[in-house]
Amino acid sequence: MNFYSTRTTDHDTGRDPGDTDLSTSSATSSATANEAFSREDHGLAKPLGSSVRHEHWPHVPAEPIAVIECDDVDIYYGDFRAVSAVTMAYGFNEITALIGPSGCGKSTVLRSLNRMNDLIPGARVTGKISYHGDDMYGPEVDAIEVRRRIGMVFQKPNPFPKSIYANIAYGPKVTGMRVSNMDDVVEEALTRAALWDEVKDKLKESAYGLSGGQQQRLCIARTIAVKPEVILMDEPCSALDPIATQRIEDLMSELRQDYTIIIVTHNMQQAARVADRTAFFTAKPSEDTGDRTGLLVEYDVTSKMFSNPSDKRTEDYISGRFG
Amino acid sequence: MALLGLAGALSVVITVGIVVALLLPALDFFREVNVWDFLSGTRWAPRFSNPDFGVLPLITGTLWTTALALLVAVPVGLGAAIYLAEYASPRVRKVFKPALEVLAGIPSVVYGYFALAFVAPVLLEKIMRIELGTFSVLAAGLVLGIMIIPTVASLSEDALSAVPQALRQGSLALGANRMRTTLRVVFPAAISGIAASIVLGLSRAVGETMIVALAAGNQARMVDGATQDGQTMTGFIAQTATGESTPGTLGYNTLFAVGLLLFTVTLLINMISIRLVRRFREAY
Ligand SMILES: Nc1ncnc2c1ncn2[C@@H]1O[C@H](COP(=O)(O)OP(=O)(O)OP(=O)(O)O)[C@@H](O)[C@H]1O
Ligand SMILES: [Mg+2]
Repeated sequence: MNFYSTRTTDHDTGRDPGDTDLSTSSATSSATANEAFSREDHGLAKPLGSSVRHEHWPHVPAEPIAVIECDDVDIYYGDFRAVSAVTMAYGFNEITALIGPSGCGKSTVLRSLNRMNDLIPGARVTGKISYHGDDMYGPEVDAIEVRRRIGMVFQKPNPFPKSIYANIAYGPKVTGMRVSNMDDVVEEALTRAALWDEVKDKLKESAYGLSGGQQQRLCIARTIAVKPEVILMDEPCSALDPIATQRIEDLMSELRQDYTIIIVTHNMQQAARVADRTAFFTAKPSEDTGDRTGLLVEYDVTSKMFSNPSDKRTEDYISGRFG
Repeated sequence: MALLGLAGALSVVITVGIVVALLLPALDFFREVNVWDFLSGTRWAPRFSNPDFGVLPLITGTLWTTALALLVAVPVGLGAAIYLAEYASPRVRKVFKPALEVLAGIPSVVYGYFALAFVAPVLLEKIMRIELGTFSVLAAGLVLGIMIIPTVASLSEDALSAVPQALRQGSLALGANRMRTTLRVVFPAAISGIAASIVLGLSRAVGETMIVALAAGNQARMVDGATQDGQTMTGFIAQTATGESTPGTLGYNTLFAVGLLLFTVTLLINMISIRLVRRFREAY
């Protein structure tokens, strides 16, 4: 069995973690790129994505090759425990869907995976969330670098009130990516997000002139432009019509070849269609605190989850009967 | 309904009345003094037996005090606004915001006295060792700036706080740090409100009378340095209006010519800034 093969394209970003400095190195070898990612700089290991990919895709291995792992994770808002005892691994270059009734903590879990929770006053995580084996919440870890590597797409499209071009160029600029030609970066990101053909003649126009579905693809393109390894999506299609939704789903399947994707969705069919693995959460009053606390009920390969779930609650939820 | 209509009509009538009252004596003035001589003359001596009506000295006085005021108020006001909107905890904000509003309510005569009694002799001369007379555009401008800080800070803070949280999250999720998020996403999105706050501060600085009358001096002269004294347009109006002048005389009409100029300048500032904002804003 060999899930790994060496690959040296695409993810060589040539990033200078400090500031943009075009003068130091014009020849950006993959070695220097990886040095820029090294543990000393950000307290994070070098991403798996630069050297590994599935050869057997679309076959889903029985156990995920972990990019991110949650180990007995509890998440609190102040004294309120929103999520309890989550242990699961998110597989490399897989799409993982998080499903479950409203309020069970899907968004909370998702936000904890790139430290977006840090921005909510009072939010805190216990247990261990690791990224390539390193504690993502470790004292020497730079949350900003975590978010650069683990991007996020939100429920409501939130393009910046700038031009389409500026929306894409923003990330590479502010994260200090060494970019030889920004036009190429913009074109590549938009192409990968299946938006290029629709916007190539109006790059200088405001992103607000785009339709909701186009705006959401722009947000995906914007995320891709900083070359993350993981993309988190919180109900990315909930504000979109079926056709726009279809396009985003196609895009996700496309992106899975190079990115690890974790998506929260309320749409069962969507999870069944796109996800390799599905995790079902629910909320119940906890014995010790009395709070309605979210917990992970079942996590398995999607086909198994939807055809033959082992937990009665999963089966009820999936078949539309709430427990 | 009829009462409201009456109130509306009354406010229009009053406004028109003010403009006419300002315009008529001013027109009388320009019948006797050439407009170009007025605008380009560098000597202002309307009360002398051989009077001169070059208004540039008053303009330079206003320019200096206003520019110095902005130099103080824009960085401090925007800094305070950014801190309050983006970094301060809700508790700090709850104390700071009302404090700013109280500061905005201090009568300007108090600021004027503060400039005259503390800023000029103690802060500038004793502590910073800058040689000054009793009056200077520097002292007046600094205190004018302090006076408009609350205007700039409070309105800018409103503009920054009104920027949707989703934009900040979008930026942070890309791996931008907070400062870059503030400066490159939040600030441009709030620019029209911020510009409005600066323009309002600027208009207040141009139109403020008490501080400059007390601290800048009342000798109209071409000002070409911050340590000099000088008179502003408003300073002249205050001085002349409180003296005795007979309606219909040239001395009396001078008041209205300067008033009209002040009005025009303020109007121009507003118009230009509206243009600029339209051009640069990133509306969300
Ligand atoms: N910022 C916050 N502050 C305090 N409590 C929060 C916050 N965000 C979420 N919660 C609480 O945490 C629990 C889980 O919320 P979360 O948004 O993660 O649920 P969800 O599964 O994403 O729900 P939905 O499907 O409706 O989006 C809820 O009880 C919610 O009230
Ligand atoms: Mg949610």
